[in-house]
Amino acid sequence: MLLFASAALFAPVLSPYNPLSQNLDQDLITHSAQHLLGTDKLGRDILSRIIFGARISLLVGASTVALSLLIGVGVGSISGYAGGFVDLLLMRLIDILMAFPGILLAIAFSAVLGPGLDHVIVALALIGWTNYARLVRGEILSLRERDFVHAARALGCRPTRVIVLHLLPNLLPPLLIQATFGVAAAIVAEGSLSFLGLGVAPPTASWGSMLNEGRQFLLVAPHLTTYPGIALVLTVLALNLVGDALQDRLERRIR
Amino acid sequence: MKRYLLYRAALLLPTIFGVLTLVFLLIHLIPGDPVDIMLGETASAADRQELRQVLGLNQPLLVQYRSFIINLLRGDLGQSLYERRSVTSIVRARYPATLELALCAMIAALVISFPLAVCAAVRRGSWTDRTTLTVSLLGLSMPNFWLGPLAMIIFSIQLGWLPVSGRGGPDHLVLPALTLGLGMAAILIRILRTNLLRVMSEDYVQTARAKGLSERSVWLKHALRNALLSLVTIVSLQFGGLLAGSLITETIFSWPGLGRMTVQAIEMRDYPLVQGCVLVISLSYVFLNFVTDIIYKWVDPRISYGN
Repeated sequence: MLLFASAALFAPVLSPYNPLSQNLDQDLITHSAQHLLGTDKLGRDILSRIIFGARISLLVGASTVALSLLIGVGVGSISGYAGGFVDLLLMRLIDILMAFPGILLAIAFSAVLGPGLDHVIVALALIGWTNYARLVRGEILSLRERDFVHAARALGCRPTRVIVLHLLPNLLPPLLIQATFGVAAAIVAEGSLSFLGLGVAPPTASWGSMLNEGRQFLLVAPHLTTYPGIALVLTVLALNLVGDALQDRLERRIR
Repeated sequence: MKRYLLYRAALLLPTIFGVLTLVFLLIHLIPGDPVDIMLGETASAADRQELRQVLGLNQPLLVQYRSFIINLLRGDLGQSLYERRSVTSIVRARYPATLELALCAMIAALVISFPLAVCAAVRRGSWTDRTTLTVSLLGLSMPNFWLGPLAMIIFSIQLGWLPVSGRGGPDHLVLPALTLGLGMAAILIRILRTNLLRVMSEDYVQTARAKGLSERSVWLKHALRNALLSLVTIVSLQFGGLLAGSLITETIFSWPGLGRMTVQAIEMRDYPLVQGCVLVISLSYVFLNFVTDIIYKWVDPRISYGN
């Protein structure tokens, strides 16, 4: 994960070439001293594009999760704290959104919004917030009758203050775990959208779009699909491992 | 059971209604004029007007919505702009291929996950268990849009064992079904292993052991049977995921199903066809969830969902 984060943050320093600069004399090279992981059909350096692709993945992962958290925590808190009709209405809305297979809805949203980084983030957040909302609502329902919440209310705290200062801090550990898995899921989803040509617009380097471009050259240049894929799998694996470890830790603490 | 069926059916209605509404609104979420997007900016005013008329976009939103629902009840999903055929006939022709692929992927996932999960659970904490868990996590982290091309490079291009793409005999199914099913297998391994371990710590399993039953009987008659119950839910929920995942797998392997049709429709900006495909896949998912709940209640009458 450190490798991924450093690649994303220090991409201009780390990458040997400009990820967009073309060199048609040196297209589809498998590997050479100048181009360690080879070049693509336009002679662009694969390693540099993978390093810059990490930026897109990190940006999409972090922004999608941040936006999903904002909506999910907001809706979940209102639903759980208010209860009654408001809760019923919001939960039905979530049920409807969850009735769609997630990636299908993201693809549908991206298809109508058109390609682009901001559209990808919006499409993924529109499907991602429901998980956080359900989690927050469930936790708030179980916490809101606890003594410390009654005490805060008796002292005259307004609902917003009770939620933000007293309830939400208790939800940080499960939210953090969900967010870790959420970043991994968003990176894969961005890859899927870019693979279908619905993600980041060319010529920007994204791991999914590199895989999509490489698909046409499977026979002559399999390295075009292999390396960006390895970068993606390792990043997602690292995030899933961290999520798993955090979850184990939380479960042990609860026990 | 009858009351539960009615209760669950009543819950199904607002969900279906919501899904229909969202799919209807899809075309209206297009930034700018959808007709411009579909025909391009060079289209003549007459063509634009005609398409607007065909899609009913010149009518008020509520009127459009009413006709959408009425047409749907008649089984009419509209006309595809590029195929020049009814969306219903396209969906009907493509759906069996998608179901075939998803079903084979599910069988592949079960065949892979079941023995691995049982081995891991029986030898908890051992080398086998740790390896299985690591491999399953790796499987979870491998997206099918990478796994598919990689499998194609190795097994079709380099080894020449399997066909590269298309639909035909059983050999055409192997790579797409494995690509689609491996992610599901990874999830199933983790869930089934956890369930088996949970069941093994239950009192009735301890009682069975105390009665002197052999370890083999305890696993087969008590642990596995109960752990399989929860598998019903997971498998059918994941099956819906397979239907959605087919968009990418079918595109990679040129599988002539609904998933590939959806992607092609998106590329051609044939929004009525996109709407039709998304609707059919989503409704299949909703219906599958409904059936799962009913089966789950039927096989395990202890399940209570409140009133």
